[in-house]
Amino acid sequence: MSSSTTVAHQFDDAAQQKRASTLGMWVFLVTEVMMFGGLFTAYVVYRSLYPEAFAQASHHLNAELGAANTLVLLGSSLTMALAVRSAQLGKRAGTVIGLIATIVLGSVFLGVKAYEYSHKFHENLIPGPSFVFPGSEADHAQLFFSLYFAMTGLHALHMVIGVGILGTLTVMAARKRFSAEYHNPVEIGGLYWHFVDIVWIYLFPLLYLLGRH
Amino acid sequence: METAPKRTNYLNADYGIRSWLLTLDHKRIGILYLISITLMFLLGSLFAVLIRLELLTPAGDFVQADTYNKLFTMHGIVMIFFFLVPSIPAVLGNFLLPLMIGARDLAFPRLNLMSWYVYMVGGIFTLWAIITGGVDTGWTFYTPYSTTASHSNVLMTAVGIFITGFSSILTGLNFIVTIHTMRAPGLTWFRLPLFVWAHYATSLIMILGTPVVAITIFLVGIERAFGLGIFDPALGGDPILFQHLFWFYSHPAVYIMILPSMGVISEIITCFARKRIFGYEFIAVSSLAIAVFGFLVWGHHMFTSSQSVYAAMIFSILSFAVAIPSAVKVFNWTATLYKGSISFEAPMLFAMGFIGLFTIGGLTGLFLASLGLDVHVHDTYFVVAHFHYIMVGGALMGYLGAIHFWWPKMTGRMYSEWAAKVSAVLVFVGFNLTFFPQFVLGYLGMPRRYHAYPDEFQVLNVMSTTGASILGLGYLVPLCYLTWSLWRGPLASANPWKAAGLEWTTPSPPPTENFETTPVVEEEAYTYPLKEAEVV
Amino acid sequence: MSSFSLFPESASTISGQVDALFFFMVGTSLFFGLLVAILVIYMAIRYRRRAGDTGAGAEIHGNLQLEIAWSIVPFVIAMVMFYWGASVYMTMARPPDDAHEIFVVGKQWMWKLQHLEGRREINELHVPVNQPIKLTMTSEDVIHSFYVPAFRIKADAVPGRYSTAWFEATKVGTYHLFCAEYCGTEHSQMIGRIVVMEPNEFQDWLSGETTVADAGSAMVDATRSPAEIGAELFVARGCTTCHQGAAGVMGPSLAGLYGRERNFADGRSAVADEAYLRQSILEPQSQILDGYQPIMPTFKGQIDEEGLLALIQYIKTLEPNEG
Repeated sequence: MSSSTTVAHQFDDAAQQKRASTLGMWVFLVTEVMMFGGLFTAYVVYRSLYPEAFAQASHHLNAELGAANTLVLLGSSLTMALAVRSAQLGKRAGTVIGLIATIVLGSVFLGVKAYEYSHKFHENLIPGPSFVFPGSEADHAQLFFSLYFAMTGLHALHMVIGVGILGTLTVMAARKRFSAEYHNPVEIGGLYWHFVDIVWIYLFPLLYLLGRH
Repeated sequence: METAPKRTNYLNADYGIRSWLLTLDHKRIGILYLISITLMFLLGSLFAVLIRLELLTPAGDFVQADTYNKLFTMHGIVMIFFFLVPSIPAVLGNFLLPLMIGARDLAFPRLNLMSWYVYMVGGIFTLWAIITGGVDTGWTFYTPYSTTASHSNVLMTAVGIFITGFSSILTGLNFIVTIHTMRAPGLTWFRLPLFVWAHYATSLIMILGTPVVAITIFLVGIERAFGLGIFDPALGGDPILFQHLFWFYSHPAVYIMILPSMGVISEIITCFARKRIFGYEFIAVSSLAIAVFGFLVWGHHMFTSSQSVYAAMIFSILSFAVAIPSAVKVFNWTATLYKGSISFEAPMLFAMGFIGLFTIGGLTGLFLASLGLDVHVHDTYFVVAHFHYIMVGGALMGYLGAIHFWWPKMTGRMYSEWAAKVSAVLVFVGFNLTFFPQFVLGYLGMPRRYHAYPDEFQVLNVMSTTGASILGLGYLVPLCYLTWSLWRGPLASANPWKAAGLEWTTPSPPPTENFETTPVVEEEAYTYPLKEAEVV
Repeated sequence: MSSFSLFPESASTISGQVDALFFFMVGTSLFFGLLVAILVIYMAIRYRRRAGDTGAGAEIHGNLQLEIAWSIVPFVIAMVMFYWGASVYMTMARPPDDAHEIFVVGKQWMWKLQHLEGRREINELHVPVNQPIKLTMTSEDVIHSFYVPAFRIKADAVPGRYSTAWFEATKVGTYHLFCAEYCGTEHSQMIGRIVVMEPNEFQDWLSGETTVADAGSAMVDATRSPAEIGAELFVARGCTTCHQGAAGVMGPSLAGLYGRERNFADGRSAVADEAYLRQSILEPQSQILDGYQPIMPTFKGQIDEEGLLALIQYIKTLEPNEG
């Protein structure tokens, strides 16, 4: 498991491999933007059709928890950036600590999200036959909550996958698989993590804040 | 049985089912795709046969209405998502891209294998949905029919298509990265074969469009599973929004099907005319133009859906604009023949057939882009005829041409030239006889997706079914002689057509590593006539 | 209507325009299609490889002038096609002011048609010749599409919204009516006919006693006009409580409402057309008129599509001075 594992057979050298894997992640993120883009489009269309109902419904979200979660995610982006920096400098301990911190913060985010979801469940705000919404625009509020769960659910799924990726990277880092010369997986994992953060930066104001007085 | 000389190639490098199912070799993955999509094509064709039999008579007497609705739905789903979209990219693109750019493999071989498994898993879900009762929404899944009214396996099919979408995304991603980062020394962008350009444009559509249709189908799925109202007007949802999201992918998807064929035609015509391509840059850039404009024309599927008049006008004018790069390609291919030294081997016959059928398909597309005319022919057999001219006359003709052209490279065997020519003629004649009458039917006013129809449409429908049986024969013949050639075909040389391109400089079939030494490119593409040294 | 032909009958004022455009496009397509075909065939023969040839084509890379020419010329022709097609479409999209209105409701799998004079029909529509007819359409369930090939018109009937189409028949006769948007099992049976009559015969028919069987809407009577039915619904549903007489504390007056600009509490505004009236009845909270309280209950699920059209028709008949 020496140098042959760091450069795959189809590549000429490490530089080419790095170019390819970095570009690959960027292209993948483009597809992710398009996927979330479909949901954002649906959100924008319905928000403009039913602004009142969407404003009312967003009052049922806990903005404090959302804001706290935003801070948690921003913090995780910072720890991720520190992990990447350590990896570039070949500092194994820093890399591992940064990655673990990111995993912890990501898990906190998911925990808070799970708490919010269970709260919605108790309030009967889960779309479907059991959906109950006070006020006259229950149908449109259900649209809001359908989109809320679709968007935050897809985002949470990305977080779960992200935590899995970071876990793998942590194990690889602990086993000295990375060095100042070869640390591309950490950088690419970082790209993914920052992307997931950015999606939340858009989701938070759209779902929690817009239309709040 | 003839024995191949003892030379290691990608086919005999390793044996056993494991060596295939766990392979990371792009050439073997291409063959896995070839087998899978051929089976899917046969399934889709079976549905088509039953549809044409039903339409022989005006009364709905061969199968029941529900069965008929499921037949045309499953014909569309299988043919589009499981045959046409992966056909040239996943089989020939996989096989040829690294060979054409002088690379040892695609950038991400594991992702490549994963894309095949993802395709298979999606396929199994869809087949399961078909076996356990089928689906009857039409391949377009229009809401609210698909979400509230249909009693068929919509959810299961949606899951299948959602999953399969990721196979296409992974393929596109792999191609883009490979073309960007793994070209051989000296192989600049404007020295790339046009096949590679076409696949680059196709990959752009795959990565930009597929996620949107995936999320749309996902929304239909959760709406059905949990009774939400995302597209249900009764709960304030907008069924037209579904159409916007759906066509945002599904119109560009047409270009996923046709662009790779256009790339194939450029390769074949130059080879058999022994000439450089006419206007290389214009053909290359027109592929990109088609990919970009293709994303801006989706609204032309909705001219009668009560969208605003001005939106309709914008979509109409852009739809006319997207016809120009296609026309440019046709003119350039035609000009390439000028002062050539033309021979007519089977791949060339398929390529010339492509030009004829694609021209008709493209020109009738103008009819549908034209607002006043589209109102009359929208959702009639005119549309059915038009998109079959593009997707079967164009894409499938290109696919057959490509299979015949690169068969010696893929298998190391030659097929019966005579039988292949017969097949090309059968397909061309059968295709026109099947689908040209449908243009007339459409203008007469026969709506599509009709199980039974008024008597006056029968004569043309009988013509169409007759043509379909000739067309079917045209498809079955290659299946026989190509399979036969695997065992009994004469051995192919490295370059049986004396074609230009890096893939022809390596033995047939190529070794696992593709090239003994990384090739260095010093010339533009299509430097016909070849120098003696290059003709192996 | 049931003999073999290659070209559809032309029986409306618009159909001739569509056909003219069609022939122009067929002509242009034939020209370009044949041009390509003849060139390919000619060159395939002229430049075929003969025995003893070196097998070398001439070395030609391209020609900029040609590329520009065959980009610009098709583009100009395409723009002519666009302009022509768009102008025909504009004609189709704008019903003449003197058009006679008919309500169309699609449902799986039938067309329900309602004349303002009161006659109701199913899968059959009688209209007078040489009289513009405006169709206001919606659907009770899934999307359908109202298609009359002989008139070259087609418009989707979309649940939850109103769409329109219009035609003026020019020939007495009977023509196909198809559903063109796939709508389920009996999609191909959702067909009917349009019967175009001389005006005097149409009047006889309109006042005739024969009625079609009512298909499900118990509320709507087959012999009375939609406005009459709407007036009755207006009382029966209690609309009078708030919307009777002059503008009151409860609700705004509806007299002369149709076509007027409405300003909402949240600053938006809209013209009171059919879609606005429909939404105000079904989702009153979504557009609260400036100066009023959001107290109106929803009538969603309580009035069917035909009842809604009848109510709207009644509201349209309220003159400003009435009450």
